[in-house]
Amino acid sequence: MASKIPARDYSLIGDTSRRAREQGLVTAQWYQTEIPRKTLKQLMKRRDGPAIRDTLGWFALLAVTGGLVVALWGSWWVVPVLLVYGVFYGSASDSRWHECGHGTAFKTRWLNDWLYQLACFMIMREPTPWRWSHARHHTDTIIVGRDPEIAAPRPTSLAHHILAFFTLPQTWTTLKSVARHSLGQLSVDEADYIPEMEQPRVYRTARVWLLLHGLIIATAVLLQSWLPVMLAGVLPTLYGGWLSYIFGLTQHAGLAENVLDHRQNSRTVRMNPVFRFIYWNMNYHIEHHMYPMVPYHALPQLHQALKHDMPPVYPSTWAAYREIIPALWRQRTDPDYFVRRPVPATGKTPDAAAPAAA
Amino acid sequence: MSEWIKVCALDDIDAEDVIRFDHGDRTFAVYRSEDDEVYATDGLCTHEQVHLADGLVMDEIIECPKHNGRFDYTTGEAKGAPVCVNLNSYPARVEDGTVFIQL
Repeated sequence: MASKIPARDYSLIGDTSRRAREQGLVTAQWYQTEIPRKTLKQLMKRRDGPAIRDTLGWFALLAVTGGLVVALWGSWWVVPVLLVYGVFYGSASDSRWHECGHGTAFKTRWLNDWLYQLACFMIMREPTPWRWSHARHHTDTIIVGRDPEIAAPRPTSLAHHILAFFTLPQTWTTLKSVARHSLGQLSVDEADYIPEMEQPRVYRTARVWLLLHGLIIATAVLLQSWLPVMLAGVLPTLYGGWLSYIFGLTQHAGLAENVLDHRQNSRTVRMNPVFRFIYWNMNYHIEHHMYPMVPYHALPQLHQALKHDMPPVYPSTWAAYREIIPALWRQRTDPDYFVRRPVPATGKTPDAAAPAAA
Repeated sequence: MSEWIKVCALDDIDAEDVIRFDHGDRTFAVYRSEDDEVYATDGLCTHEQVHLADGLVMDEIIECPKHNGRFDYTTGEAKGAPVCVNLNSYPARVEDGTVFIQL
């Protein structure tokens, strides 16, 4: 009988974290494809128009599908409508959370902040901890022991991925952390990346969230109906978050860990316009990591400017999964395996020992 | 004792933009506002030590290229997460089309 493959230590305070620092992988200099400053400035330019248009469209879709859920409640016809509503609630909120967290979706700051808070509640990600964990994800992308957002740890746990498809482990983790934060406590990992001055904000928001979830449940009890909890709160995240998980795995799963080149640990995948609307162009993921200040609506142009120095684009989501599924399957028993991306030899991959500030 | 150090010609910095200026073992960010005023701050973000000269200037704000941390470049004040610590700022002036900063 095969021996059990030992789990890797993805915690942020263990030996792997120390080793990452010793190897020069922490806050390191990452490879960047050169781009003229004038072009980059043009691409980084903030605009309100595209995100206002897309946000109004998103709200309209939520209102129409949510209205249909109310109208069809009690009939079996409500099931397919709920599935569509759930995707707009539990999956589209993922990309809104992400873009507004970067502060790039809108030019107007309060619009970014306002939509960030709303999307965080919908995707069940606490605003302050996730702002800091995502900053760390960009500093130390897929560096084991540093990145708190590694979605496909090795060796692969199939049970984890099946449960995560239904957003169960993520939601359970959030429910536990909201309870912990409402009591004024952080985990050891959280304390590693959330500065002390930000911690009161974490506790305050957790208490507001408990109140909001309590109100949603109280409304359901008062109306003697499941309808309120199917439209808001935890359940639509659970039944609607699956598409964001599908999208999310394309970003880094099965690729290299502990490299300082986003072309080797991230994917750019061609997606159809509907997916790109739901995902807000995060399918251009290498470009996003290389130049995170470029707003989602300018990523296709950034892709054009950088593509001479990029590995081949995956022609579809399915094409990406034809690589991801076998890679994750193999990583069940061979955690050292990863997909090597063909990187053009047009630039210089940075030396792991060269810190950013050098 | 502080002294005025020559940085570059004013025309070397676009309006509403920033350049990197290294002096000795230190690095600075030198800004030109839309109305041609010049300013100078430390060159590295106080969050993760990234060069601010690669960032985006909008009105009086410099945004860090890595995590979008924002500072008021006229004062060095940190404007919210993920930056919590202010930048040092330095006097800057233009004389005969040349930018100087006082260190």
